[in-house]
Amino acid sequence: MLVLAVTLTIFLIVAGLLLYALIRYRHKNLETYNEPAQIYGSNQIELAWTVVPALIVVMLFLTSSRIILATQDSKKPENAVDVVTIGHQFWWEFRYPKLGVVTANELHVPVSTAADPMPTYLELSSADVDHSFWVPRLAGKTDLIPNRVNTMWIDPEQPGLYLGQCANFCGVQHAKMLLRVYADTPAQFAAWVEQQKKPAVNDPRVAEGRQIFLHSACVNCHTVSGTIANGRFGPDLTHLASRDTIASGAFENTPDNLRKWIDDPDSMKPGSLMPPMHLTDHDLNAVTAYLTTLR
Amino acid sequence: MADSMSSLPSVETIDLTSHQRPRRLVLEVLHDWVTTVDHKKIGLMYIGYALIFLVVGGVQALVMRIQLAVPHNSFVSPDVFNRLFTMHGTTMVFFMGMPILFGFANYLVPLMIGARDMAFPRLNAFSFWISALGGLLLYYSYIGGSGLYGMGSAPDVGWFAYAPLTMKAFSPGHSTDYWAISLILSGIGSIGTAINIVVTIITMRCPGMTLNRMPLLAWLNLVMASMVFIAVSPLTAAQIMLMLDRYLGSHFFDTQAGGSAVLWIHFFWIFGHPEVYILVLPAFAFMNEIIPVFSRKAIFGYPAMVAASVGIGFISMSVWAHHMFTVGMGAGANVFFVFSSMVIAVPTGIKIFNWLATIWGGKVRFASPMLFSVGFLFQFLIAGLTGIMLAAAPFDWQLNMSYFVVAHFHYVLVGGILFTIFAAFYYWYPKVTGRMMNERLARWHFWMMVIGFHMTFDFMHIPGLLGMPRRIYTYEPGRGWDVWNLIVTIGAFIQAIAIILFVINLIRSYYKGEIAGNDPWDAWTLEWSTASPPPVYNFAITPVVHSRRPLWDIKHPEDPDWNYE
Repeated sequence: MLVLAVTLTIFLIVAGLLLYALIRYRHKNLETYNEPAQIYGSNQIELAWTVVPALIVVMLFLTSSRIILATQDSKKPENAVDVVTIGHQFWWEFRYPKLGVVTANELHVPVSTAADPMPTYLELSSADVDHSFWVPRLAGKTDLIPNRVNTMWIDPEQPGLYLGQCANFCGVQHAKMLLRVYADTPAQFAAWVEQQKKPAVNDPRVAEGRQIFLHSACVNCHTVSGTIANGRFGPDLTHLASRDTIASGAFENTPDNLRKWIDDPDSMKPGSLMPPMHLTDHDLNAVTAYLTTLR
Repeated sequence: MADSMSSLPSVETIDLTSHQRPRRLVLEVLHDWVTTVDHKKIGLMYIGYALIFLVVGGVQALVMRIQLAVPHNSFVSPDVFNRLFTMHGTTMVFFMGMPILFGFANYLVPLMIGARDMAFPRLNAFSFWISALGGLLLYYSYIGGSGLYGMGSAPDVGWFAYAPLTMKAFSPGHSTDYWAISLILSGIGSIGTAINIVVTIITMRCPGMTLNRMPLLAWLNLVMASMVFIAVSPLTAAQIMLMLDRYLGSHFFDTQAGGSAVLWIHFFWIFGHPEVYILVLPAFAFMNEIIPVFSRKAIFGYPAMVAASVGIGFISMSVWAHHMFTVGMGAGANVFFVFSSMVIAVPTGIKIFNWLATIWGGKVRFASPMLFSVGFLFQFLIAGLTGIMLAAAPFDWQLNMSYFVVAHFHYVLVGGILFTIFAAFYYWYPKVTGRMMNERLARWHFWMMVIGFHMTFDFMHIPGLLGMPRRIYTYEPGRGWDVWNLIVTIGAFIQAIAIILFVINLIRSYYKGEIAGNDPWDAWTLEWSTASPPPVYNFAITPVVHSRRPLWDIKHPEDPDWNYE
């Protein structure tokens, strides 16, 4: 706000003077032609308009530095939630090492109030190219750079859903690498963690779909905990049905969308790195039915 | 105005305005231009070449804006969009901005310092042609590039081509190679031209023209050219390293083998930030010549203007990592770059204040060059202030890579630099062609540009503030960005119309413009003492100067400048 106030004031003063000068000193009577007095400079005025801006700059600099130091070098509290965030083309991997939870694209964090602080510390890296984690209503962005670990923290005070997306061009579907951060009340968060820690639901009604899934190429890229599927190239699907969206926030998580996605991801998010699975209609229906039980 | 020149002890020159020249064969004309080493013709070729790319880059922008006018649009596919923003940025910076400013420098610097040509005419020609080759090579990528899965053709990695997206693993095919090689070529051309500018200014000033009496345009081009030496080298080095990574198995930026993505970012911005000052200093140069003439007063504070320009040149070398505040540098580094980025506002502010003081107490004539200069003054002020906002790193953590930044830099590039380029066209066109441009059409051009520019770039700040990142081919509805994007798109089309009017004016005035004479604006620098257009040798007798405004001294023998300097 201070920065905005200072720059706005400067604008109003300088633009005001400029406008005044252009009106007051316009060449009115073109018939008479005398050149105006030629003024070549003025040491006092020039000194003044060097010193005053310099002082303003110093003030803005000190304010910014204070905030930088407070944000970047703040100490991590004991009870902070740790999340390892790994950027992929074009989805987000979230791992909670201390809680034993692995998920994708939808980040759940507890609210953090002044009375009961519980910030979430994100450790950011990338599996491929540069990405950037940006949820504007929660914090500024920090880049995810391969071969490098960055850290940032968020502490949402209000429960709710906060939207964001990747903010560093990462390839064809950069625009659809969306972020959803769910700030949960402590009770909601605890329930969510409990749920996510469990291995995959094993519903006998979709046993056929489960078999097909485990014998298809799916397992090369995806993990479903409690089964032999432990691929790491694609999102963890253990609790896929507990998520609101698929394809990194690009589509609503409905059976229809899911079926279309598995059939041909390129038709929905062209350039996404998941290949079409070339399943028969029957198999497709079975696998979709299976995945919708993975709550 | 031409009448008051009758007492000028003018150098006799051959009148070469178009209605007097003998007609020649087409092949003769082409041969003349292709083999010329004359700085004026080379300058005009640079400018013509840049104007073509202005239109191409503009069309690319319009297509992007149609795609972004509404959310979830499907006017172009994602990969086409990604190629568009890459090519738009690369084209506008390297094949529009640099050439047009080199073109003006080439044409004007020898004339303004009383020289016969540039110091190295053949190097000059070579620099133009190799830059031209660079541009053609970049565009050849549309048909020549190839790769897997239909990816390839034109580059699609963004104009700053961050590694490791540009590695073979993530950009198979040749599009990135076209990007790197075409810029290496145009970089060679830039360095050649910079050598010419520096040497010409240092060694070929006419008698009496000490550095302290040199027109500010020459000073600013001197600083700009020096910056080119320092800034282009890191880019060329990085591009060579990129090619080595892609083809010869090195791993400078290849993170999968231990290379550093951040290294590319440093190299690129060590080039990239001085580059934008390289673009803006010649814009200031035009303002330093035009504003005094149309305010009828000498530039206020010439020594301070020189010092500020040199200061900006130096400081601009030390601010690059303000493009990297989100990369995760330590607090100390971030703090340093906040400081340097804010400090550069002081000399830049001095320049704005000096222009204001030049106008103050003058007799302002609002001819077309001055209209665009006034637009520049307000718009550059705003652009500088949004720059200060971005220099505050915590602000930048939110706004980096968002449409706020896009709005900021277009404010500088279009609202600032392009407006000064238009001013320069209107001002020097009479000198180059011997004819005036049409003032009525110029006014239409100006007002349409102002309306279109502000409609696009004022409102563009808002989606940025509301969280819209850049380089996205579409966006989700319900984020609050929709209506602003639509307004931005409409403004873009208004600007397109303005540019069409400008091009019509350029062409029409060549045949039908009012004959200008030597000095239609009643100006004070040496180029106005010779014919319009100048003869190939510029001056029949080498001028001798005694002050910063030699023609003022001649026109006002009772009150020459040398009494005050």
